[in-house]
Amino acid sequence: MDDTDATLLRLLEENSRTPSLEMAAMLGLPVENVEERIRALQVSGVVRRFTAIVDRARTDEAGVAAIIELKVSPERDHGYDRVAERISRFEEVRSVRLITGTYDLHVIVEGGDMQEIARFVSEHIAPMERIRETATHIIMKSYKENGTLLLPPREGGGERQPFSF
Amino acid sequence: MRDHISRAARAIPPSGIRRFFDLVQTMDDVISLGVGEPDFSTPWKAVDACMYALEQGQTSYTSNRGMPALCERITDDLARDYGLCYDPATEVIITTGVSEGLDIAIRAVTDPGDEVLVAQPSYVSYAPCVTLAGGVPVPVPCLARDRFRLNPDLLMERVTPRSKALVINFPNNPTGAIMTASDLKGIADIAEDHDLVLLSDEVYGELSYDGPHVPAATIGALRERTITLNGFSKAYAMTGWRIGYLCAPAELTDAALKIHQYVMLCAPNMAQVAALAALRSASVEKGAMVDEYHLRRNLVVAGLNRAGLSCHLPEGAFYAFPSVVGTGLSDHEFAERLLSEERVAVVPGSVFGEGGAGHLRCSYAVSREDLSEAVLRIERFVASLGERAPVPALGTRQPAD
Repeated sequence: MDDTDATLLRLLEENSRTPSLEMAAMLGLPVENVEERIRALQVSGVVRRFTAIVDRARTDEAGVAAIIELKVSPERDHGYDRVAERISRFEEVRSVRLITGTYDLHVIVEGGDMQEIARFVSEHIAPMERIRETATHIIMKSYKENGTLLLPPREGGGERQPFSF
Repeated sequence: MRDHISRAARAIPPSGIRRFFDLVQTMDDVISLGVGEPDFSTPWKAVDACMYALEQGQTSYTSNRGMPALCERITDDLARDYGLCYDPATEVIITTGVSEGLDIAIRAVTDPGDEVLVAQPSYVSYAPCVTLAGGVPVPVPCLARDRFRLNPDLLMERVTPRSKALVINFPNNPTGAIMTASDLKGIADIAEDHDLVLLSDEVYGELSYDGPHVPAATIGALRERTITLNGFSKAYAMTGWRIGYLCAPAELTDAALKIHQYVMLCAPNMAQVAALAALRSASVEKGAMVDEYHLRRNLVVAGLNRAGLSCHLPEGAFYAFPSVVGTGLSDHEFAERLLSEERVAVVPGSVFGEGGAGHLRCSYAVSREDLSEAVLRIERFVASLGERAPVPALGTRQPAD
């Protein structure tokens, strides 16, 4: 990892579909070099995958997401890792993070509707060994995801003049 | 009826490219590289601070000079970043954009008939401001062969006993040129020898990509005869707020302050609040914008050269200034045909005065998608010229200087 890799990561995080040629021109590097660097970042696991940020509210898919906070008793030798890994393996689980504060794990779960999420938590998460307490928060609306604002596009009035000196 | 319009108002030219502007308004799908302002929004911390202040009823005048906290923050930052020291109580004025700062600075030093040297190509307001102040603008060309830096020899050719002041702007709009410390040294010597006041518009200073910006006032004894003009428009994407500042020795500041007091009273209170918040807490946002401009610069310069327009590396601001001389077209012809045939708007270089002819100002304060598409269209346009008429080899050097 060097400064160029750091810049490449920033560009990819912003828009992973940026053409390699464009990135090469911006970085002043041959395109082969850029592509080689991206491959290396993938092989080493720095870049896990290329994906898209979807504004669910604009799709006609039904679906609900929830934040589940968990109090967990840590294990000797393993701390929270084994519990967190077991939770991570469920398809329904989108993210799992160890946090400071009242709760220990912060989990985001997706499901078809609220009943599905409630069932998933009560059947699979709550009864799990070492889970002491759960708090489920249904996500009502999302305003920003992964650094991307999900506000409606700005309506007229804010347009720049095509010419200015 | 008498002619009611003053000689000075008659003497200044109408804004350069009105016709062009009107044409663009009637067309769809135009990518404009004609913009002179950031495509980013003001950092949210500045906007939020301003809205909070408004909610609290902070809507009065401020002191003429500007909010003391803002003056102090500006002088602290200049001292920290450049070792350039000004007294916040006597050597700073917060202005309504650099435009006002420039106007009051010129009026503070110009008597009728005084010659004010203006390094060109330059921002379009310098010479008219001199005219309105009763002075005589004297262009000094900055040439492509000098990478558009101000050449002391060319400056000397235009200095006369009536020369009173010199206006420079580096990093430069429209060329993107910068001046290093040693370049400025040559100018400093002439300013000393001929007792010139230096007006240095450094509004693009933060947008320097290949080395730190060098404020003119840090060179030799220049501080004592320099009015440093700067603002928040470019570095903090705050064009619409109209907020800038002027720093100079107390004697010059006092004179400018009297004019400011009568014509402006004070810069907008809420814009001052936003500017202070920007300086205090938006350096990360500023850094991200500067990094983005830097990448786009590389993208557009590579693209223009590939298209066959020779383009020097602009080291600051957000403009590329390629030459169209190799195409056989004038800058105006090129810009007009590019607009009508490929729907890309650029500004002909000659709009910016001496030294600008034969070039185009291409702003890269536009999204990368638009920039890439614009470069493709320019490439296609240049290629079409080659097919239609024999022209001198592309990429040949600059105009005869």
